[in-house]
Amino acid sequence: MSFFGFGQTAEIDIVLNDAETRKKAEHKTEDGKKDKYFLFYDGETVSGKVNVTLKTPGKRLEHYGIKIEFVGQIELYYDRGNHHEFVSLVKDLARPGELTQSQTFDFEFTHVEKPYESYTGQNVKLRYFLRATVSRRLNDISKEMDIVVQTLCTYPELNSSIKMEVGIEDCLHIEFEYNKSKYHLRDVIVGKIYFLLVRIKIKHMEINIIKRETTGTGPSVYHENDTIAKYEIMDGAPVRGESIPIRLFLAGYELTPTMRDINKKFSVRYYLNLVLIDEEERRYFKQQEITLWRKGDIVRRSMSQQASIAAQRFEGSNSETASAQAKEESN
Amino acid sequence: MSEATVADTRRLNSKPQDLTDAYGPPSNFLEIDVYDPQTIGVGRNRFTTYEVRMKTNLPIFKMKESCVRRRYSDFEWLKNELERDSKIVVPPLPGKALKRQLPFRGDEGIFEESFIEERRAGLEQFINRIAGHPLAQNERCLHMFLQEESIDRNYIPGKV
Repeated sequence: MSFFGFGQTAEIDIVLNDAETRKKAEHKTEDGKKDKYFLFYDGETVSGKVNVTLKTPGKRLEHYGIKIEFVGQIELYYDRGNHHEFVSLVKDLARPGELTQSQTFDFEFTHVEKPYESYTGQNVKLRYFLRATVSRRLNDISKEMDIVVQTLCTYPELNSSIKMEVGIEDCLHIEFEYNKSKYHLRDVIVGKIYFLLVRIKIKHMEINIIKRETTGTGPSVYHENDTIAKYEIMDGAPVRGESIPIRLFLAGYELTPTMRDINKKFSVRYYLNLVLIDEEERRYFKQQEITLWRKGDIVRRSMSQQASIAAQRFEGSNSETASAQAKEESN
Repeated sequence: MSEATVADTRRLNSKPQDLTDAYGPPSNFLEIDVYDPQTIGVGRNRFTTYEVRMKTNLPIFKMKESCVRRRYSDFEWLKNELERDSKIVVPPLPGKALKRQLPFRGDEGIFEESFIEERRAGLEQFINRIAGHPLAQNERCLHMFLQEESIDRNYIPGKV
């Protein structure tokens, strides 16, 4: 902002070094729109250039320092003023002085820890961004660039099925089973409902996926329930001994991994809700928590393949003997 | 160790169903009819009764078949008892039709055939909805309403 057309101002532009090759991921903004952002994982280096372009050529820009920050923060909508930063890195790009012409500054945040996944919810937002700032006497010039972080997991070692008998005494007894307790985001829920006793007139049965976002601690805890999916699995009245299969493909729904007590600020948990509806529209339901996790797309190479790639990178060695050596080592 | 690229979506194993269960009578049989309206009495002391006939195989009901006569105020009594003692949301009864009970009407008022039919249908819907509710089935008032000759308004409320 310049007063009455006097003074110099500048435009800041942040460009990543691997902008051509880095994948982008879609992420919902607070107002529901979907946008694409560069995708990063934990431990990856964030490097690039900051272009400071002077608006009026020829005039100098006085400043109190130029810096770039990498920030990871949690924002609670009911407490907008307080941002909880869990990652905060700074690189100074220029000491206080003046710019006589447009300039580009390199930056690198090496192997940055990104412990949590980016999340935009109903009452809370967790985001990562780069912020370049040209400090000035009256007002700073700054530019933010959001990135998206995803947390990956490998197949859980223990993944027991969920099997339970529930019901209303003398009225309705069912046994439900889901093949796993932990599902990845493109997994399939395979299960069954077995009817042990049916003394009510059931009209149909459906399974819902409910997302519960919990924000706040102590006395002010907010729960936001959202039914992400509704899937009818039975139409009509079952009798004793009947077994109804469940097969629900998760890839078709907007899901995030389960997030438990992120930085002690919020949680996002998922529940399967089995609902039976009788002829008088009465609803009987049983909720069960499931854990959702994100599986990496990266295909794991075999040991010998990895070894030969490593060998090929080894300078000064014959690639043939190197891969033979690698094969021997891996056996 | 390679990752599976296609999820296993085969059905889980389940016990085959017993044929007597599959083709036998269902355990949820419950039918209640409200019919045969009869207007009893003369002049200003007239009132209409309906036959309430129940057929069921639910073990919670002592009698598998029952037949009683009830009037509108009996249904009102049942509704009040359930609203007070049980946690259920009791469905509405057909209207009290107070306007129809005022004098100087051109028609028969509450003894008009079309009105009685409307009321009969409403009462039938009401009692079927209530009787099928698992929580209402625990209340003594419901059993007394459906299966005892007359309603003892001095009964001790409670659960079955």
